[in-house]
Amino acid sequence: MTTNEIINPANLVHKKTDLLTDVPMHYCPGCSHGVVHKLLAEVIDEMGIQEETIGVAPVGCAVFAYNYIDIDWQQAAHGRAPAVATGIKRLLPERYVFTYQGDGDLAAIGTAETIHACNRGENIMIIFINNGIYGMTGGQMAPTTLEGMKTSTSPYGRNVELNGYPLNITKLLAELEGTCYVTRQSVHNVAGVRRAKKAIQKGFENSELKKGTSVIEIVSTCNSGWKLSPAASNDWMVKNMFPAYPLGDLKNV
Amino acid sequence: MAKIKGAVVVDTERCKGCDLCVVACPSDVLALSKELNAKGYNFSYMENPDACIGCAACAYVCPDACITVYKVKLQD
Repeated sequence: MTTNEIINPANLVHKKTDLLTDVPMHYCPGCSHGVVHKLLAEVIDEMGIQEETIGVAPVGCAVFAYNYIDIDWQQAAHGRAPAVATGIKRLLPERYVFTYQGDGDLAAIGTAETIHACNRGENIMIIFINNGIYGMTGGQMAPTTLEGMKTSTSPYGRNVELNGYPLNITKLLAELEGTCYVTRQSVHNVAGVRRAKKAIQKGFENSELKKGTSVIEIVSTCNSGWKLSPAASNDWMVKNMFPAYPLGDLKNV
Repeated sequence: MAKIKGAVVVDTERCKGCDLCVVACPSDVLALSKELNAKGYNFSYMENPDACIGCAACAYVCPDACITVYKVKLQD
């Protein structure tokens, strides 16, 4: 059987979900954001909640997320996505509300909003993309930057005496009473992608069951910021990021 | 025994040539082309189409959702 004979709608295994628009994503080649956007779109499509879902976009590379996933979006000021999501969820309690934030947004300028939204147990899902760097602004050091990791503002590596320790904010959030599901996933290989998709689905389900805040951290790469190729970034992440940010469920009640 | 044969179609204009699908493919089917697309990226293509098993590993890891996967079971 030739390749052209196999390429037939009857033999389809996997295709881009229609919820993901045809607009080409502006992310750098190999960026983890694309995979997470795709998973979000697939989960929303499979659950059939396109009309009931509202996303809150951050400041950071994902600021243009509204161009790529065909649902309702609101763009929040830097770090304020959980506060905006709280407002939306309280006014429209039947909607599925999620925030999509990076580590600079969630763990630096938005620490207060994040901690208090989780502490109040708002029925929202927080998707936290942790690549240990400020990607959009040129690869500066972020709270989650690893000890010794080189960035444009720590060219000799992060020095804990000067810059403090990497902030494991997901572990912190797992301690709060308001969170019901706190997990750390990655999207660097097929198994990771499948697990991350299940985690996102669980986050939406928890929000329907009014169980509290779900926090889904995705340990990600920023190959442009890290100055590595996409494949080398994945290897670097497995070797260096995973020991500091181990994958798995931190809380599941 | 049934043999599984697959095929992938890459949206070459959407592809950014990040190489992640090439790394993820367990059967060494994909490679980056020498040609460029309109944006100047070396897009991914099936260099070795006969080896494809339609596992969709490439499509799962693709950050730009530009891979469509097809699969058939052949009886011999």
